[in-house]
Amino acid sequence: MSEKQKNATAYWKENLRYLLILLSIWFTASYVAGILLKDVLNEIKIGGFPLGFWFAQQGSIYVFVILIFVYVRLMNKLDKKYGYDE
Amino acid sequence: MNVQTWTYLIVGVTFALYIGIAIWSRAGSTKEFYVAGGGVSPLANGMATAADWMSAASFISMAGIISFDGYDGAVYLMGWTGGYVLLALLLAPYLRKFGKFTVPDFIGERYYSNTARTVAVICALIVSFTYVAGQMRGVGLVFSRFLEVDINTGVVIGMVIVLFYAVLGGMKGITYTQVAQYCVLIFAFMVPAIFISIQMTGNAIPQLGMGGTVVGEGNVYLLDKLNGLSTDLGFAEYTSGTKSMVDVFAITLALMVGTAGLPHVIVRFFTVKKVKDARKSAGLALLLIAVLYTTAPAISVFAKTNLIETISNKEYASMPQWFSNWEKTGLLKFEDKNGDGKIQYYNDNSTDLTFLAAQEANGYKGSELTIDKDIMVLANPEIANLPNWVIALVAAGALAAALSTAAGLLLVISASVSHDLIKKMINPNISEKNELWTARGAAAVAVIIAGYFGINPPGFVAAVVALAFGLAAASFFPAIILGIFHKKMNKEGAISGMVVGLLLMLYYILKFKFGIFDGGKEAVAGLKDSLWFGISPEGFGTIAMIANFIVAFIVNRFTPEPPQEVQDIVENIRIPSGVGEATH
Repeated sequence: MSEKQKNATAYWKENLRYLLILLSIWFTASYVAGILLKDVLNEIKIGGFPLGFWFAQQGSIYVFVILIFVYVRLMNKLDKKYGYDE
Repeated sequence: MNVQTWTYLIVGVTFALYIGIAIWSRAGSTKEFYVAGGGVSPLANGMATAADWMSAASFISMAGIISFDGYDGAVYLMGWTGGYVLLALLLAPYLRKFGKFTVPDFIGERYYSNTARTVAVICALIVSFTYVAGQMRGVGLVFSRFLEVDINTGVVIGMVIVLFYAVLGGMKGITYTQVAQYCVLIFAFMVPAIFISIQMTGNAIPQLGMGGTVVGEGNVYLLDKLNGLSTDLGFAEYTSGTKSMVDVFAITLALMVGTAGLPHVIVRFFTVKKVKDARKSAGLALLLIAVLYTTAPAISVFAKTNLIETISNKEYASMPQWFSNWEKTGLLKFEDKNGDGKIQYYNDNSTDLTFLAAQEANGYKGSELTIDKDIMVLANPEIANLPNWVIALVAAGALAAALSTAAGLLLVISASVSHDLIKKMINPNISEKNELWTARGAAAVAVIIAGYFGINPPGFVAAVVALAFGLAAASFFPAIILGIFHKKMNKEGAISGMVVGLLLMLYYILKFKFGIFDGGKEAVAGLKDSLWFGISPEGFGTIAMIANFIVAFIVNRFTPEPPQEVQDIVENIRIPSGVGEATH
């Protein structure tokens, strides 16, 4: 394997690791907190919001937005590290 | 000034603005027509994507649906935003690096096959036409209520406007018009929401007001109050919902994956310069979309509470002006079943027999009010007694939402026809100039067909929206994901996966939405218990998508691997640098 290819493979591996982590957060905020554990979380109240309901109709969306911007930052750094920045 | 004058004024000014922008930014080449020349800034692209995505359904219908579905409405909120995470992380950067004009283009090249391209073109056309018909209907609805013209005249006016800027401007014209439309629609959505939030909860931020206490009622939380109002009328608690957990899960996933697979959304990421910009603009797009999507559930709560308090058990004769205005459109119907002159609104389909017995003892003979969910957002400012200019603003916002989405879809249709079908398959030697004219012609024909569906809405429009998302989830999404993340996926695997996903989805919709195999529409209600895994057709895209993946993997195992140059392409799109401009 050439040096160039090794670089590309390492970059891809790190990228996949980021994706795995970020997508687990994506899944937890929406499917776990907003759907699967909704009834349990609804016992907890924040202001007028039952927590499960809040995650389903508000919280998950905030998490989604934050996730994409975190991804943008991580990838920009990763691009620099492997010399793919332009 | 009265509402109508305000509406003519605001709608007139915004339309003039859209047309002005279209003339200023008209397309001169196919590249400008398909991908706006590939030089759009991430912020402009984010705004355009947001306007493109937020349709009449997001602006007009969604908050209304949520106010009647309560918690269950979360499927739309999460489903239509969470898809952007998938888009940003799994699709946009790689598709931008690949650098083609359309989604069928990617599928055709990556799977080195015109069959794959054809399947993709068919899916793109079905999805886009389904969608665009709904937009035209939204335009007609707004015109008929606020400008008091005939609903058909409304559709024709909408057609002329879209025709003008989509045909003239192509992607370039559409992009800059959509930037303006985003501003109009978000302003129009937020102003009444803020007003009502202050009125009801004293908090100017609707997202917080929703969880706040009710003005003048001590420490009663608004959501608790609405839960009480709902259960008193025999409905489920607002914050609990009625759908089964597995169904909520499946629908949310189908909508998310469907969103990420919609061609008119994906194509927007071909318009930016670099891979880096594609990632960033997906984030900006979601941020801008989230403003509306986190406000909508607040509006639902405000509107539902206001509505129940205004009408429940009140004299019909004492109803405010907006009530009769909406009665005229047929979207609000009152029938005094027990002749007491008051409006009884409750859940007469309740399974709670003591509740029903109590209503009967009151002398009620069934719920007397039929409310179309679509009027909740449009009537909301009137119900809350907001100034006339706010009501007019909402009309302009709804039009901006419908027109921007319609334009984006028309472009996908015209590019599918002129680029994927004619240039890539029928006449590869077509000159650039002729291709541009073919694209324009295709857009014009598409507008006319869409307008026809807007004027004569086939009864199946609502039913096929599920199909649009289901198809995108069942066909495009797995094919694109595998194309990027599974280097050895070959054409046999991808094509059979898409075909199986597509057919399975069609079968399920025909069976459970149309009752085709059980004797027609009347049979649909009776089939509820035989749904697979208890999943409704709206959520079946999830199952069809899984089927697609499984079939693709199995077929891939027993067929030859893709040629080396295709595997090299995949290696190449995984690296962000050295991006070419979008090409033929």
